[in-house]
Amino acid sequence: MRDVAVIGAGCTTFGEKWSSSFRDLFVEAGALALEDAHLSGEKIDAMYVGNMSAGRFIEQEHIGALIADYAGLATHHMPSTRVEAACASGGLAFRQAVIAVASGMEDIVVAAGVEKMTDVEPGASTDTLTGAADREWEGFVGATFPGLYAMIATDYMHRYPLTREQLALVAVKNHYNGARNPIAQFQQEITIDTVLKSPMVAEPLRLFDCSPITDGAAAVIVAPLERAREFTDTPIKVLASAQASDTITLHDRRDISTLDASVVAGKWALKMARCTHKDIDLVEVHDCFSIAEICAIEDLGFCKKGEAGKFTADGETALNGTIPVNTSGGLKACGHPVGATGIKQVFEVVQQLRGEAGKRQIDGAKIGMTHNVGGTGATVAVHIFGRA
Amino acid sequence: MSVARFWRKIPHRYNMLGTKCETCGRHFFPPRSFCPDCRRSGKIADYKFAGTGTVVTYTVIHTASEQFEKLTPYVLAIVELDEGPRMTAQVVCRPDEVKIGMRVKRAFRRIATDGESGVIHYGTKFVPVE
Ligand SMILES: [Zn+2]
Repeated sequence: MRDVAVIGAGCTTFGEKWSSSFRDLFVEAGALALEDAHLSGEKIDAMYVGNMSAGRFIEQEHIGALIADYAGLATHHMPSTRVEAACASGGLAFRQAVIAVASGMEDIVVAAGVEKMTDVEPGASTDTLTGAADREWEGFVGATFPGLYAMIATDYMHRYPLTREQLALVAVKNHYNGARNPIAQFQQEITIDTVLKSPMVAEPLRLFDCSPITDGAAAVIVAPLERAREFTDTPIKVLASAQASDTITLHDRRDISTLDASVVAGKWALKMARCTHKDIDLVEVHDCFSIAEICAIEDLGFCKKGEAGKFTADGETALNGTIPVNTSGGLKACGHPVGATGIKQVFEVVQQLRGEAGKRQIDGAKIGMTHNVGGTGATVAVHIFGRA
Repeated sequence: MSVARFWRKIPHRYNMLGTKCETCGRHFFPPRSFCPDCRRSGKIADYKFAGTGTVVTYTVIHTASEQFEKLTPYVLAIVELDEGPRMTAQVVCRPDEVKIGMRVKRAFRRIATDGESGVIHYGTKFVPVE
């Protein structure tokens, strides 16, 4: 197996981008990534695109070919493949690109993610996102996606010492980071009160516990590590790529408040990277809801089960904490264009490891991790990166 | 949900018909025709659930998808059936009544209506046991 490096990365701004179409978004992200790697499009050997539901959001399928075509590469006939795993589509697209290069089958591979969510009404997007869970045995009986995570929160708060205020601090911290990220959907800081006074969505989760509906796209380019310096002075090595699955329904899980797929993928990734969680300088976790970040930092081993509330309140996950979590602002403040999120997480870690993260830079960051979840934990992808 | 897709599961949704592995005694709802524990040596038979159980966790939904908007706020829970399997379902009670450990039993109720003049879907909700 060959070592793999990220040689270029690009991302659109995230937000409700009324004037940008699906096609505009991925073309912009792809062009930024190519420019970053000083590459022209015809050098690309293959492309993997994470997208959850263009079929429901813009009534367009066959995304792989569409993207290759609008990237100006139709006559190049390069293979282009769509990857779908709900909110983990981006993370899985990235993993496919890594596997393609590691195997020796391809050299220069683009991993992209794109979602255009605001062309449908909010009720329709809520329903589409419910498709990330079990439509017949969760969605059909009235479960919403926030409702499922709310049931995790109820279980968690019944068993462990997590206060409503500590939960709000996850969103407060992520908005603080988002305010320092030029691509973030929300650029303003908030207080605990902002969260506690926002409308109830699914008890105990309020609007500011939830990631928003977002348009956006991100793209990264991977290549064999031995060739990386042909393209960039700052290659970022992929130290580990892991992916795990679990039951599609929340109610069939071994433990409602533990995402076993996160635990397993996290362990596999650390083993592959030959490091421990103490070596990780920053982590982008999948905070689709505030409770999801609480579970993630425990499941990945950064603190013990039941202690993430205090860990967060003590500032350990802040920019100047022992393990900065979601320096990008996370899904909550940076935004969550579902298929693009996993790639945006890679984009953030690459910026941090290159020392290009501006006001949210973690000094001397050498190793970073990404954690991307599909559904309520039925799919998890974890990647670890290091300076090459 | 299309009529056929719904109709196909009527025996299960209406009557809580599941299956049981007679080799290891594990119950399945929704039904499975393959026991993950016994694999090929599992002997699967139909099983009608008693319909009683306990609330494991819950939420009160305030923002719903279109089909359920008129019901808000409503109680959604994970119920552990007495035979072992867990399922997600609405609990017909006041939002401040529901709690973890509450005993519930099944009730046959309207779940949702597809559109204005659409098909009415029935299925299992739970009510508190007095
Ligand atoms: Zn069995």
